[in-house]
Amino acid sequence: MKKTVLLTVAAVALLAGYGAAFADTSPDQDLKTWHTYFDKKFPGVDLQEYSNGVYAIDKVSRDSWEAIEEFPPYEPMIEDGEAMWNKPFANGKTYASCFHGTPAVADKFPYWDLSRKMVISLPLAINECRKANGEKPLKYAKGPITRLLAYMAYESRGQVTDVKIPNKAAMAAYKDGRRYYFTRRGQLNFSCATCHVQNAGMHVRTDILSPALGHTTGWPVYRSKWGDLGTLHRRFKGCHKQMRAKPPKPQIAEMRNLEYFLTYMSNGIEYNGPSARK
Amino acid sequence: MRTFAGLTASALSALVLVGSITLLPAVAGAADVERTKQGKELAFNRKKGNCLACHMIADGVSPGDLGPPLVAMKGRFPDRAKLRAQLENPMVNNPDTAMPPFGKFKILSDDEINKIIDYLYTL
Ligand code: HEC
Ligand code: HEC
Repeated sequence: MKKTVLLTVAAVALLAGYGAAFADTSPDQDLKTWHTYFDKKFPGVDLQEYSNGVYAIDKVSRDSWEAIEEFPPYEPMIEDGEAMWNKPFANGKTYASCFHGTPAVADKFPYWDLSRKMVISLPLAINECRKANGEKPLKYAKGPITRLLAYMAYESRGQVTDVKIPNKAAMAAYKDGRRYYFTRRGQLNFSCATCHVQNAGMHVRTDILSPALGHTTGWPVYRSKWGDLGTLHRRFKGCHKQMRAKPPKPQIAEMRNLEYFLTYMSNGIEYNGPSARK
Repeated sequence: MRTFAGLTASALSALVLVGSITLLPAVAGAADVERTKQGKELAFNRKKGNCLACHMIADGVSPGDLGPPLVAMKGRFPDRAKLRAQLENPMVNNPDTAMPPFGKFKILSDDEINKIIDYLYTL
């Protein structure tokens, strides 16, 4: 009984968007609250289904989406990415030398680097690999990096999200990301949670707001609106524009911490990138 | 301060109304129609009020549903100041609201808000 009450209080805090209200809750508790909250909002939707974004909760758009996924627009891009993976750098080495020989590493990212004391995302690791091998870094939002990411995601399909928070400093990064998610910003005064927690499932004109749960599993995403693949941080930028907030540069510390929090909140859900969205 | 601005605006429109009733009733009608037409445009325009993104409004196409339908406004908001306050800063009524503070964050000007309210009262 007491437990239910506590959970309800936490869910209310979540709903309310008071990041501060659960400043003292553990990531483990947050995850439970998240599950309870979305379970109640979308009864009968299996946890794994949330990897399909809005199509997990909207039958109508799901049908046309399933048709698209049968002949996915990103398929040739996976092949381009595979070619990138196999093509040696000028020094003769390949990406494999940076990733223990395998492109299937989705479930290893993002992670807290103990010695560097920062969140390392996969795109960041890709560019660090390039730099270490004397190559120029790739742009983070779109372009060639999305091809390589598409191939690596494809090879990682079926892996399960398993973000770990190993120590106090990592916890601070998690909490920073969590605070970011629940803070109102921009001229329109929205937080990420306003749309993807509080109002998930509601319509903004013809868009249906997808639940935050599962938001990190399907990247990179081919969006019809972009006519191309984009990274998670490209989407972060886009959502900032919807809030009329300054769009943050991809891969800055704040965005990596945001990714760290958001990916933790998808722990237990399978990776299924790349994927297609409206 | 906010109330003051609101009062001034409605006082002004009252003056305009009085003036037009006594002098040019036919033209005043046309001006009101023009104001509510502009109010409607502001309410529907994505770069302005974009109220339609969250509210069902009369003949607006593909409305959102984050907020309640904007219907029967005269009956529900007999006090213009209350309606004005909801557009000025809805967080006063509900700290967790999803609705943007159109006045407080200067998303819309005083005049634009008043035009939208004039339009809302036709609903
Ligand atoms: C004004 C509403 C709004 C706000 C605020 C908002 N988003 Fe979004 N977001 C959308 C819409 C609309 C979409 C596209 C439809 C969907 O998948 O929800 C979207 C899509 C996304 C997606 C892609 C989901 C998928 O399955 O492809 C992610 C990730 C995301 N948002 C994260 C964020 C983050 C992080 C923030 C805050 C920095 C944020 N959003 C703020 C409206 C919003
Ligand atoms: C992003 C969503 C959003 C937008 C945009 C928005 N609203 Fe709202 N509105 C809401 C929500 C949610 C409520 C419910 C009450 C609350 O939480 O403040 C609401 C409540 C209201 C109410 C009170 C209704 C009632 O029946 O109690 C009025 C009036 C209103 N809005 C007018 C407008 C107008 C006019 C605009 C555009 C200038 C607008 N809203 C734009 C979300 C929105």
